[in-house]
Amino acid sequence: MNEPELLFSFFSKLNALTGGFFLLCAFGLVAIRQMLTCLRLYIFQSLLLAVSAILIGYHYASIHLFVVAALTIITKVFLIPWVLRQSVGYDSFSKREISQVLNIPTTLLLSAAITIFAYYIASPLLTAAGAGIFEKVNLPIGMASLLIGAYTVTVRREAVPQLLGILAMENGAFFAGISIAPSLPLIAELAAAFYVLITVLVIGLLAMRIHTIIAKTAVGKLMALREE
Amino acid sequence: MINKIIFNLIQVIVVMAFAPLIKGILARLKENVQSKRGPSIFQPYRDIWKLFHKDEVVSDQSSWIFRLTPFVVFITPIFVTLLIPVLTDYPLFFAFMGDMLGGGFILALGGFFATLAAIDTGNPYGPMGASRTRMVGFLAEPVFMIVFFTVSFIAGSTIPYIVQKHWVTPLANFFEPAHILMLLAFLMLILAETGKIPVDNPSGHFELAMIDESKGLEYSGRGAALMKWGGAMKFFVLCCIFLNVLVAPWGLAHGNELGNVLLAVPLILIKIFIFLLVLVAIESSLAKLRLFRITEFLGAAFVTSVAAMIIGLFFM
Repeated sequence: MNEPELLFSFFSKLNALTGGFFLLCAFGLVAIRQMLTCLRLYIFQSLLLAVSAILIGYHYASIHLFVVAALTIITKVFLIPWVLRQSVGYDSFSKREISQVLNIPTTLLLSAAITIFAYYIASPLLTAAGAGIFEKVNLPIGMASLLIGAYTVTVRREAVPQLLGILAMENGAFFAGISIAPSLPLIAELAAAFYVLITVLVIGLLAMRIHTIIAKTAVGKLMALREE
Repeated sequence: MINKIIFNLIQVIVVMAFAPLIKGILARLKENVQSKRGPSIFQPYRDIWKLFHKDEVVSDQSSWIFRLTPFVVFITPIFVTLLIPVLTDYPLFFAFMGDMLGGGFILALGGFFATLAAIDTGNPYGPMGASRTRMVGFLAEPVFMIVFFTVSFIAGSTIPYIVQKHWVTPLANFFEPAHILMLLAFLMLILAETGKIPVDNPSGHFELAMIDESKGLEYSGRGAALMKWGGAMKFFVLCCIFLNVLVAPWGLAHGNELGNVLLAVPLILIKIFIFLLVLVAIESSLAKLRLFRITEFLGAAFVTSVAAMIIGLFFM
């Protein structure tokens, strides 16, 4: 094998490795009980997204993807955790037992099933598009992360992990997006990054209000409206 | 031909000779991390020596299973040693007698007999530990299976000598996502199978909380020595499978001469030492899980291995 080919094979493997860890982070977000660990996992997942964007950006020589990586690192690794900590407060983050609707092994098995489903629905798309090695990794894993994120929102009972589920969905969508549309208009990415930040701020403030009123953030158990 | 048989026997001798040392080093390192001096690294040898010179007491209520079990526990890791690469990177005489799955089954046979023996005497703590071990065991079994299926799928074989070559030819294979995820799953599996901290506390002396240790409580004298030695060898063999076949297939002997093979002995010991450092870091930084949280731990291992399989399947 000559030099560029070797580099390409190395890059594609590295990208696949990133994809593997990305998927594991999605699993962790749905199953881990400590709130702080969940947040760290989300940060790690965002970092992986940035790494993947850099690798694919290098391959397609696309400046957009480098911008995506930079934006991801700035908003998701630094700003979002900071905003969340500021708005929700330390009390909710030091919580070690997040209650769940289903127990953890069931949740994990369902997530594995969701992953297989994601691969199942992604495979016709991949064969139709004649996909390259990057799409083969990113599209199904991004889709799986999207679906698992949605599942996280349904299965968690606490506000902040639910929010992290939404953010994981967004991460998954981007992870799939950077591979199939490497030259997405920059304005879309900027908008998305800003959008996410505002979402986090709003939901964080809401969670804090809930916390000050009912002294917990287990929104899954709030079933009925009551007049005050 | 005769060379290969001799090397195979050397492998067995290496495993028998150094297994207690590994156990001693691990115990010492753990104590050092807790800023204690800890026992000498040769303490397991002294324990085994002492136990061999003591009288053996066997309950007259027990059956032949109780008497046979120490030998089974002692013999099974030796059989597995014949199948796996400990020192050489080319197949030896017995290498094609069984694959990794076969090795797993042989190790499971030892565990099975240990469980039976724990129930045999009717001591109250034995069956409790035995049933817990079974619980961990049957949760770990699917992970084992899926890891081996993934290995055989990616590398095209389950013979460990062929598998280990696959990861480094070319080197990019090493970074295959399925490989890395599988390593994670297998590491969690080793923690569960050998009773390390997130699952079980190997240095605990409280019978009610024991999982793995309580199976050997009834043994004394020679039986206890064989059980101890067998347990140490099982750990050594699992380390060899993990390190030589899955993680770092470097440093094994290429050549056919005796010198090459003997040079591989310190190298494998260094590799295991590095692995022990990782293990000590894990064991010292985590707390033991409550019994019903073990399902979550092994569920995570299972999902990791399934993810490895899925990615391996579609990445091809």
